[in-house]
Amino acid sequence: MIEARDLSKRYGDKLAVDHLSFTVQPGTVTGFLGPNGAGKSTTMRLLLGLDRPDTGSATIDGRRYRDLAEPLRVVGALLEARAVHSGRTAYNNLLVLAQSQGLPRKRVDEVIELVGLGSVAKKRVKGFSLGMGQRLGIAAALLGNPDVLILDEPVNGLDPEAILWIRNLLKRLASEGRTVFVSSHLMNEMAVTADHLIVIGRGKLMADCTTEEFIERSSEKSVLVKSPDVARLAELITADGGVIAQADGDEVTVRNLAAPRIGHLAASAGIELHELAPQAASLEEAFMELTRGSAEYEGSIGGAPIPASAPPSSAGASAA
Amino acid sequence: MTTAIATPPAVSDAPSSGVKAARLLRSEWTKLVTVRSTLWSLLLLVILTPGLSALLTWLNEHNWAKADPSQRTNITDDPTSFILGTGFAFGQLTICVLGVLVMAGEYSTGSIRSSLLAVPKRTPMLVAKCTVFAALVFVFGELVAFPSFLIGAKILHNHVVVSLSDPGVFRAVIGGGLYLAVLGLFALAIGALVRHTAGAITGVIAFVLVLAPLAQLLPGSLGKHVHAYLPSEAGHLIAQAHQAKGDLLSPWQGFGVFCLWTALLLGLAAWLLNRRDA
Repeated sequence: MIEARDLSKRYGDKLAVDHLSFTVQPGTVTGFLGPNGAGKSTTMRLLLGLDRPDTGSATIDGRRYRDLAEPLRVVGALLEARAVHSGRTAYNNLLVLAQSQGLPRKRVDEVIELVGLGSVAKKRVKGFSLGMGQRLGIAAALLGNPDVLILDEPVNGLDPEAILWIRNLLKRLASEGRTVFVSSHLMNEMAVTADHLIVIGRGKLMADCTTEEFIERSSEKSVLVKSPDVARLAELITADGGVIAQADGDEVTVRNLAAPRIGHLAASAGIELHELAPQAASLEEAFMELTRGSAEYEGSIGGAPIPASAPPSSAGASAA
Repeated sequence: MTTAIATPPAVSDAPSSGVKAARLLRSEWTKLVTVRSTLWSLLLLVILTPGLSALLTWLNEHNWAKADPSQRTNITDDPTSFILGTGFAFGQLTICVLGVLVMAGEYSTGSIRSSLLAVPKRTPMLVAKCTVFAALVFVFGELVAFPSFLIGAKILHNHVVVSLSDPGVFRAVIGGGLYLAVLGLFALAIGALVRHTAGAITGVIAFVLVLAPLAQLLPGSLGKHVHAYLPSEAGHLIAQAHQAKGDLLSPWQGFGVFCLWTALLLGLAAWLLNRRDA
């Protein structure tokens, strides 16, 4: 289990991490989401003792990273920036790490096979592609067979086949009861990989919930309505408290009013309906909505008003 | 890719400090010998040092009759110092560069981050690195000091006879290796402080080659004192058979001053390594 309590980190006049607290539970894949510059990598570096927090503390299974006697046997980490010596072979880079923890050479061979780098193990890392570099980083993370994995953007630069491989690997690691904490800015990737999400924006916690709950909570639901008499229906909807988020010919997107209510309004007024479709927000939309909030409104979840396509006054004028 | 993720090497009981030290030394040794810069630097050291010692000693011997009498006195007074000094003046630069690369290379490649993930208490990593590196440089230093001396002594034997059994000579030749080992640590410390390869190499070269002539431009006894206590100026005295006329420091005193410089810089490097974000 990973615990962050009141973590803050300032670089110059930029507060990269702002009093962040969360826990990451074992047995599930926890996604760590945020736009670029939100503080994900910094938070991970604080968890791993690479940077010193200005406030707060981070522990892994109850201990600070710096206090772990054989850290690679407890925590496996993949950092965003390449963290191996480019002049050394893949094998020797791993051997250096294995020797520091008293792990046998055999274990180096195992993880090299596991990540599929067997054919280039004796090549210098200098010539590695981004994808091969990521695989080597994952081999390093798995070297000590750790119970906790902290992976910063592991699918960065990988081809679809490798992304699928990582996704399955993460799920397998979690199903073995390990704690898997993985950052990404790819929402759709997290939707299919993570069970739980921790979302940050500008260094602050924006959401800490299951993936499903996240979509539910942070997106306003909308209903697509299509009708030949859409103008009259729109008036009824607005009068009933609905918001016309978008209007396009005989189509409108309605927020703040559920589909059955819209259907009822149309039926009572004798308005013909061609389509009445509730729109489920994708994780991508939910995330964009949340982070737009973090950029403009200092982090209110789902509370940011979505401006209607036409301001209320002009809508009233057109109705008159 | 269907291999089992683990044949779990069970988490061992907290290893004793001796076991941990041995692991760290082994790991740092592997780091040192698995990069090409180590091979190239040591190869250059082994070729340049005895080669230049022999060449410059031979040139002086060849032109003995035409040479300035003060130059001849310089050689006959302490032939050991002359022989070693010529070759080491160049050979030492390879150790300066290698010392910087050993530490600053971790920063330029990013491998410092994996290193610190493996050894989050940072001082032991620095200590292990220093131990392994100094030992390797010392061995290679002796490997070049003895041949340099023996070849040079043979070339000069028509004008001055010097052997390892003369007073201070054996210590001076051993001192050649000691000087290089401490110089390597000095460069490593600068590499750890500057964390940037090119910048650190410039810094070390400035200390070793530029500051000494500059200090001599200072007026009177101030210049003399500053010059005498500069790290490499004080340090190379250990490769003299005896204290030269007019030298402020004896061979061991000079070496002590050099060690003190290096210890201070390493202490500062360790302090900063623990404080700075990696």
